[in-house]
Amino acid sequence: MNVTHDSDEKWTLVVKPEVNPFDLRLAELWRYRDLVMLFVRRDFVSTYKQTILGPLWFIIQPVLTTLTFTIIFGNIAKIPTDGIPQMLFYLSGLVSWNYFAECLNKTSNTFIGNAHIFGKVYFPRMAVPVSIVISNLVTYFIQFLLFLGFYVYFIATGTVVHPNAALLLLPFLLLIMACLGLGMGIIISSMTTKYRDLRFLVTFGVQLMMYATPVIYPMSLLSPKAQFYISLNPMSSVIETFRYAFLGSGNLNFMHLAYSAIFSLSILFIGVLFFNKVEKNFMDTV
Amino acid sequence: MSDTVIKVENLSKRYVLGNIGSGSLSQDLNAAWARLRGKENPNAKIDAKTFDSKNPEFWALKDISFDVNQGDVLGIIGKNGAGKSTLLKVLSRITSPTSGNYKVKGRIASLLEVGTGFHPELTGRENLFLNGAILGMSKTEIRSKFDEIVEFSGVSKFIDTPVKRYSSGMYVRLAFAVAAHLEPEILIVDEVLAVGDAEFQKKCMGKMKDVSGQGRTVLFVSHNIAAIKSLCTKGLYLQNGTVLKSGLIEPVITEYLAENKKIAETGEIPDDFKRVYGNGDARFRKVYITDFDNNVMKQLPFGEKFKIHLEFDATKNLTETTVSVMIGTTSGENFLYSTDKNFSVHESKNFEKGKHHIEIEVDAKLLPGNFYITAGISISKSGFTLDWVENVYLLTVDKIGLNKGEDYPWETVHGYVEPATNWKYKFLN
Repeated sequence: MNVTHDSDEKWTLVVKPEVNPFDLRLAELWRYRDLVMLFVRRDFVSTYKQTILGPLWFIIQPVLTTLTFTIIFGNIAKIPTDGIPQMLFYLSGLVSWNYFAECLNKTSNTFIGNAHIFGKVYFPRMAVPVSIVISNLVTYFIQFLLFLGFYVYFIATGTVVHPNAALLLLPFLLLIMACLGLGMGIIISSMTTKYRDLRFLVTFGVQLMMYATPVIYPMSLLSPKAQFYISLNPMSSVIETFRYAFLGSGNLNFMHLAYSAIFSLSILFIGVLFFNKVEKNFMDTV
Repeated sequence: MSDTVIKVENLSKRYVLGNIGSGSLSQDLNAAWARLRGKENPNAKIDAKTFDSKNPEFWALKDISFDVNQGDVLGIIGKNGAGKSTLLKVLSRITSPTSGNYKVKGRIASLLEVGTGFHPELTGRENLFLNGAILGMSKTEIRSKFDEIVEFSGVSKFIDTPVKRYSSGMYVRLAFAVAAHLEPEILIVDEVLAVGDAEFQKKCMGKMKDVSGQGRTVLFVSHNIAAIKSLCTKGLYLQNGTVLKSGLIEPVITEYLAENKKIAETGEIPDDFKRVYGNGDARFRKVYITDFDNNVMKQLPFGEKFKIHLEFDATKNLTETTVSVMIGTTSGENFLYSTDKNFSVHESKNFEKGKHHIEIEVDAKLLPGNFYITAGISISKSGFTLDWVENVYLLTVDKIGLNKGEDYPWETVHGYVEPATNWKYKFLN
């Protein structure tokens, strides 16, 4: 539905069936910013209610996964980690990867998971996925602090790492991950209104995609040909840059980074167009 | 001269049935493959109300136009399937119109449900903020009204308790309290709001009156004609997705009642009776109820067995059909369903072209109350509807029994039917 808030006319709201696909209605979303923040709060508070350890789970999860990786990929499969302590290597990959994966997983359920609310009241539907991206940011920072904790510990115990100016790219990396996760998530969520099958594919697909990203192995391990294919994955340069910034391993390739940024923004743009098209009538098909 | 705050112009909403919402890609591919081979969709819903598979469109609203003025309390009435809910959904921006448009002046808030978005794990306070924001209030707005809302809800003691620990009454009261403190220029309210006990309903109605008293505009949908009458100043009577009558509330209600009564009193279905479903191969002419001695009954003594009579024209020879009858409440919910197929016996009826009469003996002990009869005839296999007439006969069951001592003994009535039961008692200790 095309909604204009035209001050020339005396009407505050005009609803027509035709859609201007490029009307992203960001002003409207901004007016609902309180709602977005309340959704963030809800997600955060409700996740760990009635658990004994509460928000500690934000830390326990990545630690346990890192341990698993260390045992399976480090000690059993003996995949090299570029001379970086295994714990630090896996954690640095996981923390970033988790943010992207969580954004994607959760936003991809926007329409189906909120159908009961969407069917009863109007607010900009985009408020939901945006709130998910923000609430995951909170999780990310907690896990990032955990990483920093290990980082400082390893430096204190004499591990040689090379933090460098690439650290300044950190906010930029976050932005790429947020755009990519949100963009892919809302595309999938728009498609699941018609095809529920996709929901099962997402969880599986995200897992698979992790192995196509240098999370559990360094890029340097691969043949040049494999490196090319892996760097087509927009998440690869993000993980590599993150490692490079903190650990000095891996490499910093601005071309790859620019590719990731453009890819993410395009996906997000397509996602928003798609999402806006679906949101006006999806209640009829859910 | 009052100001127009909502202007609806040629609003239409079409639903496409059958080929969407199958829910999974494999089923869609399956259906596409079947279509390719000229077979019927293996996943098509077997539903007595299914539509023509070649034309699976359904106009829930068709060319609706009306204006609402500042301060109007507009009551929207009509039978089930008339398009009331669809109209509310379109005006609330939950779904968009297929054609036409509407314009609104001022902030619009819709209450199709209380407590939308309540999260069981969150406390009353947290939910109050969340729900308020979902309904379009800003944080500052909620904060300034917070004490008032809590006061109104009467759950101030438990405001920091998760709402999953609330009784259902407390839950609804808190939810309604938030809704009641919305201050939009235009409020859209669905009748589902009128839930809860009688006292609470009274409170809701009182609040609605306050709101309309403040010169705000309200759109209200209800089956409850008494509520509409006491609240609304204007009326909009919908039938089959079109406006049948609009204007001042009194004449609209009169028209609505007359239309309903005319048919339901006699059971005679006029030629121009509008159907939502059916292709016209069969046409019901009369639906009525008699006792076992074939006396037409409008009022049935409690406990008396009765017969439902259906008269219909087959406009051509009909093969493999199923006739069904339903008994429902006055608010339009059917609670008894019967068909000559009896579900387990896969036997279908053929009807020659011409007039037919069916007599159905019913052994169901209806509790005192008012009931509507609905009848349908469809093709057995596909479920394709030939005719469907809703709420065409009104039957009242009395508290007075057929014989002395068989009266319904209680003041209140719970439920609609008394089934045959067998109670066994055992002394345990």
